[in-house]
Amino acid sequence: MNDIILFPIINQLFFAIVTLFLWRYSRWQKAISVVGNLIGFVIAIVFLLTVWDEGILTYNAGNWAAPLGITFVGDMLAATLILLTSICGMAVSMYSAGSMDRDRLSFGYYPIFHFLLLGLNGAFLTGDVFNLYVWFEMIIISSFVMITLGGEKRQLEGAIKYFTLNVFASVIFLTAIAVLYGLTGSLNMADLSLKVAQIENKGLVEITGLLFLIGFGIKAAVFPMYFWLPASYHTPPAAISAIFGGLLTKLGVYALVRTFTLIFFDIEFLNTVILVLGGLTLFSGALGALIQNNITKMFSYLIICHIGYMIIGLGLHTELAIAGVVFYLVHDIIVKSNVFMISGLIYKLKGTYSMRDLGGMYAKHPLLSLIMAISFFSLVGIPPLSGFWPKIAFISESLKTKGGGWLIAAILFGTFMTLYIIARMWAQVFWKARPEVKIRESFLYFKDHRLLHKIEMIVPIVGLTIITLMIGFGAEKVQQLALVVSDQLINKQHYINAVLGK
Amino acid sequence: MNTIVLRTASNYLLPLLLLFSIFILLRGHNLPGGGFIGGLIAAIAFVLHAFANGLNRTKKLIKVHPGFIMPFGLAVSFLSALVPLLSNAPFMTGIWASDPIPVIGHIGSTLFFDLGIYITVLGVTLTIIFTISEAA
Repeated sequence: MNDIILFPIINQLFFAIVTLFLWRYSRWQKAISVVGNLIGFVIAIVFLLTVWDEGILTYNAGNWAAPLGITFVGDMLAATLILLTSICGMAVSMYSAGSMDRDRLSFGYYPIFHFLLLGLNGAFLTGDVFNLYVWFEMIIISSFVMITLGGEKRQLEGAIKYFTLNVFASVIFLTAIAVLYGLTGSLNMADLSLKVAQIENKGLVEITGLLFLIGFGIKAAVFPMYFWLPASYHTPPAAISAIFGGLLTKLGVYALVRTFTLIFFDIEFLNTVILVLGGLTLFSGALGALIQNNITKMFSYLIICHIGYMIIGLGLHTELAIAGVVFYLVHDIIVKSNVFMISGLIYKLKGTYSMRDLGGMYAKHPLLSLIMAISFFSLVGIPPLSGFWPKIAFISESLKTKGGGWLIAAILFGTFMTLYIIARMWAQVFWKARPEVKIRESFLYFKDHRLLHKIEMIVPIVGLTIITLMIGFGAEKVQQLALVVSDQLINKQHYINAVLGK
Repeated sequence: MNTIVLRTASNYLLPLLLLFSIFILLRGHNLPGGGFIGGLIAAIAFVLHAFANGLNRTKKLIKVHPGFIMPFGLAVSFLSALVPLLSNAPFMTGIWASDPIPVIGHIGSTLFFDLGIYITVLGVTLTIIFTISEAA
């Protein structure tokens, strides 16, 4: 049954090609894309269950054996992330069907969307560093097309910042791969794990690790290199921001988790750097979000802020902390996608993203506001909502490390700042009376949409909200899953044995 | 570029360049070449034709919009990568016919994979160049 590893990839590639064939028929593309993502969701669930039962699965593409060939590895981390990708993909695909304008649809929005999901699935599954780079390239190119699609001036401005810094990060990543290959003569991650541990010159290993940290750090929007994110994520339509905010930065986190648990593990210096960067990311992201008036821009800064939690968890590098990272990934991917879709819906309802001009949401749409509130407050991490649980792990593990006081301070600061920011936004957008704003002439308001499109916009938001609630109330189940994942990550012998077939 | 020399020459160069691109495609399995560079050379053939005779003539020659060639090529590559699954080999394994076919030689699924790349690259390059020259 090892073939199941490739099914998520094959599925997305298939639907990318089918939607390319239907270039001119955007209505068909919508229907087929939603169906395709539904199939992807089923595949992801079967995949997760298979890995849960049978342990780590491997697959040698082209029948070339590891460590020379490219191996696809389905461990629990990959399976979990693929499930999350498919959930997000399904939600955004449906949301786009309702909200995306005709211009963007007729220039290949859906094919590119499927190529992006293909790249994400491939990156999560691959067991080869260079192959990981190739998937990253695929994701950058697809996301660059998505961010420029429509060709508005502010979009292009954001896209240039996005593309320059991400390509720069790729160059650093590629350099790091070259150095690593020079040191060990291997690209297979399991093989690298064994070989890097044998290198005597630890200084070289640390430098290489730092290169990886910088490369992935830029992609994950970690502290000194996050400026591209708030400059670009608010420019495309909400559906695109949702997939970017939910999945793309988390891809950087995934790559960091993978490399720093499998290849560069137990290096004191690197863990300290990661911890410091994590704390500063939390701090600066929260401060950035504080001064924003545009709600999507505010959420962009909150992405950065919350990346900090995961980076701290990675730096702590204990089993419980890594489990916290996994739990936070599960929570963050779902909730971040949802808040971007929600801000898109607010935009459709009121015609503006500006908090000053918004208001009176609660009075006018009480039920909708309640649904939105669930996502907002699980972002803060108010118990029993989903964001609360992983933070316990981070704080309790911080207590055990030296200098953990600073970490706890950073974590609490981030949490309370998020609380303040969300509460302020709630007061401004939902409670305040609506200020007088001119009705925009050529703008398609929510009420002018067809009923089908309205449903297509509401259903994914409600669906993701239900999943958020399930994560919050079923926290024990998710924690069990996270512990299994972190067990596999910390005891990397399982992974290595599975890949190298020992 | 409306010169009679180029216009006349391009009529002969088009089939020659296309033949050359196929030669490069086929030799790519063991020697430098392959689908990517072959597709680029094929695209050059059409671009030269467009330079000499004008874009509209070339479009008439190709008949379909080059954008439509892209998914077709992708589909060929994709299907040839799926073929090994039928004989229980992993995805993308090269499956070879047991007997060589006269004149052509050994045929395997890798040839079709490369052919798909050739078609995709041709489609992408022509789409890009046609779009730019239309806008200019």
